[in-house]
Amino acid sequence: MDGLTVAEADLVVYVHPSKANKARHAVLRQLSSLLFTYDEIFDGVILAYEIDIPGEHAKILSGLIPYFGVKVKANLLIFSPRPDMLLEGKVVKLVKESIHVIVLGFSSAAIMLEDIREEFRYKIKHGAGVFASSSHKRHVIKTGSMIRFLVKSLDEEILHISGSLVPPHTGCIRWLSRHVEDGSHPDRSLKELKKDVERQPQGEVITHSAQGEKFLNQTRTHKSRKRARE
Amino acid sequence: MMGVELASNDLPIFVVEDGYLSDSEAFASVIRVLDGVRTASVLVAQSDRDQYDYLLSIVDPGKRMGPDEEALLATALKALSGAVSKIDIVYHGSLISNIFGLCLWNYGLNARNALLELITSLAAVPDKFLDGCLHMLVNNFLPPRRLRESISQSRWITRKKEVHSELHMALHYIADVVPLAPMKLKSIIEKRMPRCTDPKDMIVLYVECMLGLENDEIGEFLGSTLLAKVVDLLTDLDVNITWEDILQEEHNKGIFEMELEEWEDNMGHDAEVGVKPPMENGVLKGNAFADKLDGLMVIVCEHLKSRAVNGHLLKVFEALSEIFRSAMLKLHKSKFAQFLMFYACSLDPDICGLKFAVLLTDIFVSKNEDPDSRMKAVAYLASYLARAKFISSSMVASILKRLVDWCFEYCQAQDNQGKINPQAHRVFYSGCQAAMYILCFRMRSILDVPHLKHLLFHMPLGSILCHPTLDPLKICLPSIVQEFLRQAKAARLFKTSVPYLYDNSLESEFSKAFGGIERLDMFFPFDPYLLKESDRFMRPNFEFWSMVKTTYSNCNSEDEYEFDDLDAPDFPENAGTYEEHEDLDLDHGDDLEYSLNKMSITPKSAFQHPINTNFHQPSRMPARIRPSVSPNW
Repeated sequence: MDGLTVAEADLVVYVHPSKANKARHAVLRQLSSLLFTYDEIFDGVILAYEIDIPGEHAKILSGLIPYFGVKVKANLLIFSPRPDMLLEGKVVKLVKESIHVIVLGFSSAAIMLEDIREEFRYKIKHGAGVFASSSHKRHVIKTGSMIRFLVKSLDEEILHISGSLVPPHTGCIRWLSRHVEDGSHPDRSLKELKKDVERQPQGEVITHSAQGEKFLNQTRTHKSRKRARE
Repeated sequence: MMGVELASNDLPIFVVEDGYLSDSEAFASVIRVLDGVRTASVLVAQSDRDQYDYLLSIVDPGKRMGPDEEALLATALKALSGAVSKIDIVYHGSLISNIFGLCLWNYGLNARNALLELITSLAAVPDKFLDGCLHMLVNNFLPPRRLRESISQSRWITRKKEVHSELHMALHYIADVVPLAPMKLKSIIEKRMPRCTDPKDMIVLYVECMLGLENDEIGEFLGSTLLAKVVDLLTDLDVNITWEDILQEEHNKGIFEMELEEWEDNMGHDAEVGVKPPMENGVLKGNAFADKLDGLMVIVCEHLKSRAVNGHLLKVFEALSEIFRSAMLKLHKSKFAQFLMFYACSLDPDICGLKFAVLLTDIFVSKNEDPDSRMKAVAYLASYLARAKFISSSMVASILKRLVDWCFEYCQAQDNQGKINPQAHRVFYSGCQAAMYILCFRMRSILDVPHLKHLLFHMPLGSILCHPTLDPLKICLPSIVQEFLRQAKAARLFKTSVPYLYDNSLESEFSKAFGGIERLDMFFPFDPYLLKESDRFMRPNFEFWSMVKTTYSNCNSEDEYEFDDLDAPDFPENAGTYEEHEDLDLDHGDDLEYSLNKMSITPKSAFQHPINTNFHQPSRMPARIRPSVSPNW
């Protein structure tokens, strides 16, 4: 995923004199106040920090309130999405007109119908809406799947992203990882997939269960079709 | 599927052959309309313009709607929520402002659901409508003005519950899709928060809806800020009720009147007493604030109760004690807001009750706190342990032990030189006074339990109270010292004889000095509660002085002469009050309520006399001490 950087920063944190006896606490508090909000200086959102206060000395600012500046070395994890970056997130809501995604658990993104490529069609499966690809049967986006999408534009202040599923290398990550990135042919049979799973013992549990789910889903589909005919 | 019968109208939108319209058709026509005006206004064809205007007239916040129009509105809103991506902030500005202007309270369930669905879909559109949506929802915390007046009627009460829960649901959905929305919501709620000058119904309804959010997951995001805001409002109201307001109530039985059954026979009597004409303006103003505070306390207590029922009390309590520490404790002599803590503690005495006592004790003994905070904390502690019925004797004894141990250590650290300096040792004196005050209320109950009795008898109280240079008995409030000594004597608490002071004054020069100009020596935060409606939350857990079993007697009525001075202050400015107290003295023979007042000592008004550090010069007008809950005013 794009948009995540680790930055080393030399900071000076100004601490109120009333906090002089717990300077470290005050510094951490100050940095914590930056978390999850957009900051122009860093041009992004700080997700995590790790600090080191190298010196015992701090410079006292002259003035009405003698704040003192503590020098801090910090490692900052910064999230700074830009247009045309590829982001990954979890689908939380899927309706006919849009797909709503949450990135990194806090930033929200929405992909409107016109930004979803033609290939995907909205269908109702087992009572829940999904976007299923018409060219690749197994490429399905549903609530709960992780998808990769392109940033179209964003509101930096609240990190509300407008995304797009137009480029071909976007969509459900699980499907993409099997069919696009490893360069194999997109339309593989179930047998081949199974072999794949056996070959990768590490991912076994997850993949197996995922396959199981699919099987279940398929059987259910048949049933419901029958019912529909009746 | 919504079917809508159309009145005769010849516009193509929403008109179908058989007069009914399906959702998908409505959706298609809305898209057509929206697309029609999606261009510079000069280029819009007249027919498209008309259709758009027709849509606007359906979604019209100002219109009074019949059932047909409402159904049409619901259909239009549903269709719009399918077409949110087509709505453009520039070309459809008037439509958006109409949508945001709609008031949930005016419509039935169907239209409300359609509206909220549209709002939640709009909020999820990136970078456009989130702010507007949140503003719209927060605006709907309150019903329109004309409904506010009739909100007490039962059908509106059910409507209120429905609308509030629907609003909570909508905000919940928005937070699901836009996780950072609560951040914005927080600032909007803060901005819209009613002020203490706003009407009562407005404050109560808003706060009720706002606290409802705490029950939702969204409350997790908002943290304790909601509660903090409410406490801010409470304290705002609280400081607007001055001690003068309370005193004026003496002449005009109003909001502060305590409705105790046993007092009723005294009511008639009051009328005969020549009372001053009520000071209309001042009293009414005081009443208004007290009334609002009362209503708000009810809401917040109900909220605490419901949180407790759901098993979240501890979380709320943690937040509340943080707020107490940072806001209430800093407040100069708040009168009622602190009872929120009292009520929260009463909901879970074993955990919360203990935690509060420990918090206060920690503040008192902490060297990092400023002296004023420590004195206030110990005043809270004393008043709390004395008044809270739900606190067990063993808990009182253990906290008391900590208090006494601290005082003892303090004494040990003093050299035996120099003369009494109340100001320098004020923290110590407030600690001693607190210990005595607690024992006034609790000595008997502690002595009734053998191992606690043992504990009490082994506390170094004697050596603290008879310390040669600090001599707290001379410094603390004489009324408390007197009562304490009396009980201690009856219980034979001291082995050596302790001088029994026959000083009938209510306060001493010294106590005034250690209390400072703010008179922290006379701060008893949990004196009887004076707000009428919310009183029902406090009363069951509240220990009135009349119920206290003293060590010397089970029957209070014999002892009342001892306390005459408490209630008969020499205070020329308040002749009317004085008269009434005289009257009170006359018929105290069988007065239960008189004994209620004995230990309720609350100072009169702000002490506006100049700083008088030289306490050898008799101060001309001493702070008046009055019983805070006399029903006979």
